[in-house]
Amino acid sequence: MSGLETATVGQPLSTLHEKGSYEVADFEVPTGREEEWRFTPLRRLRGLHNGTAEGDGKVLVEAEAAPEVTVETVGRDDPRLGRAYRPADRVSAQAWASFTEATVVTVPKEAVASAPTVLRLNGEGQAAAFGHTTVILEPFAQATVVLVHRGSATYADNVEFVVGDGAFLSVISLQDWADDTVHVSHQYARLGRDARFTSHNITLGGDLVRISPTVAYAGPGGDAAMYGVYFADGGQHLEHRLLVDHTEPNCRSRVDYRGALQDQDAHAVWIGDVIIRVAAEGTDTYELNRNLVLTDGTRVDSVPNLEILTGEVAGAGHASASGRLDDEHLFYLQARGIPFDQARRMVVQGFLGQLIERIEVEDVREKVQAAIEAELER
Amino acid sequence: MATLEIRDLHVSVADGAEDGKEILRGVDLTVKAGETHALMGPNGSGKSTLAYAVAGHPKYQVTSGTVTLDGEDVLAMSVDERARAGLFLAMQYPVEVPGVSVSNFLRSAITAVRGEAPKLRDFAKELKAAMDALSIDPAFAQRSLNEGFSGGEKKRHEILQLELLKPKIAVLDETDSGLDVDALKVVSEGVNRFGAAGETGTLLITHYTRILRYVKPDFVHVFSGGRVVAQGGPELADELESEGYEKYAKAGASA
Repeated sequence: MSGLETATVGQPLSTLHEKGSYEVADFEVPTGREEEWRFTPLRRLRGLHNGTAEGDGKVLVEAEAAPEVTVETVGRDDPRLGRAYRPADRVSAQAWASFTEATVVTVPKEAVASAPTVLRLNGEGQAAAFGHTTVILEPFAQATVVLVHRGSATYADNVEFVVGDGAFLSVISLQDWADDTVHVSHQYARLGRDARFTSHNITLGGDLVRISPTVAYAGPGGDAAMYGVYFADGGQHLEHRLLVDHTEPNCRSRVDYRGALQDQDAHAVWIGDVIIRVAAEGTDTYELNRNLVLTDGTRVDSVPNLEILTGEVAGAGHASASGRLDDEHLFYLQARGIPFDQARRMVVQGFLGQLIERIEVEDVREKVQAAIEAELER
Repeated sequence: MATLEIRDLHVSVADGAEDGKEILRGVDLTVKAGETHALMGPNGSGKSTLAYAVAGHPKYQVTSGTVTLDGEDVLAMSVDERARAGLFLAMQYPVEVPGVSVSNFLRSAITAVRGEAPKLRDFAKELKAAMDALSIDPAFAQRSLNEGFSGGEKKRHEILQLELLKPKIAVLDETDSGLDVDALKVVSEGVNRFGAAGETGTLLITHYTRILRYVKPDFVHVFSGGRVVAQGGPELADELESEGYEKYAKAGASA
């Protein structure tokens, strides 16, 4: 790799996400010095990154499909797999190389799902497991897909969202793992012409959770909104690495991730990469990350990156802010008689609640609200 | 009968320096139920500091003196205890609290102050009536607290809280500032409704005499240099209207 001078017009300066391969061997074993690995405690990955992850662990998938939607369990050779992406790092390639069965969710052309389709992924123990999920919305289909992750696991997986022309997919991925779980996941969304994609990542449980949501556009007019809520407790490492790659004209993207942290060695990482390539004229993008630090001893790394390679953008911006609870908020609530602890809960719930209330599936929304309340009671 | 007594109150601003700057330099003031007091003074005289110190804002440090409500030591109470004891501060600049709805906030505050949660239906009715009286659009109940409210809307919501929480003593910190005449009238009517039963006391802090046309004070205090430098009846406000604060500014400075 030579320096920046190799970047020519039209090529992004960043080398992040530029490599892609289905072969594990094409990726060096990360050392922790690489940009994409420097925030992740590799020793806690249980070998998912270096080929030493052992065992034939299980993460069982239970599906509850809307009547208009089919859910299938398929083998590795199913031609529908791997259409939306090429693994961008070693763990992703490892997951691609190692999974035995995949789940394929299909929403037929112009079908409008009348209920959410729920996939429950239940970890059955710490032995390593690899998974693959592909969600396909054919043109003009509409559906909501909920992924619920629970239990104990050492799990690496790839999740593909193929959103056809004019289709609309809403995804809610709830990471509600047991305390000992390690989960490294890539979520690749590929949006057709005029497709809409909304995602909510809610990450609450697990020892180490690293999720990399990526959006790519296959035609103009795509619209992606990506929301995230996380709550890191003592010792938890919760990492979200977003990439929106604007290659097509007149597409839109919004990213809003918010987290709260409390207690010793709670660690949150947020990386927000947006690339607007030369062809992507008329792009409208904004990304935001905010963190609320509730106690001493926590750590936040928040890195927004915006690369604009065209002069013709409709809008492009990013913001990142991390801070403590605002004394003035607490004072105001207390000055109306509300006790300190309750005031604190209300302010934190309000801060995260602005994203939670966008979750359109009521019982998921209520569960998330209850889970946040439980976190604050600790 | 509710009585707020402030005696020889000295207050400094905790600004990180070892000894904060002294803003209040011996304030004596008594507000009883049934009374409306106007506290007037030039900018920087310490009026707002008095309001915030009484409410217990952490930025202000009481260095000496006492504040009691019906004989209870207010200074020993936390901010929320003061509110539950019956003190209310209408803020000059109410903060925006994202994601906390007006309705949730009011219900939580009422529950805390009254000691029990109002029934949802009763609360909805009570809220609607109180909002109507202040010409507040009912849609505001679902909005985030003060977020995107205009200056006038924020002040109306302060008075809405005043009327719902029914404290013993209300301190209104420049509630009139930034209001147009219509909003000023609406807000003044609310303040008058609050005081009408004669069981509550009001300390109206203001820079201008304009609001005193709508809210009639029984007592007027002139504040300068961090203390009360003159006291009188409503006629004192008229004098300030025509002559300004100049002569009192000197009195405060020379103290």
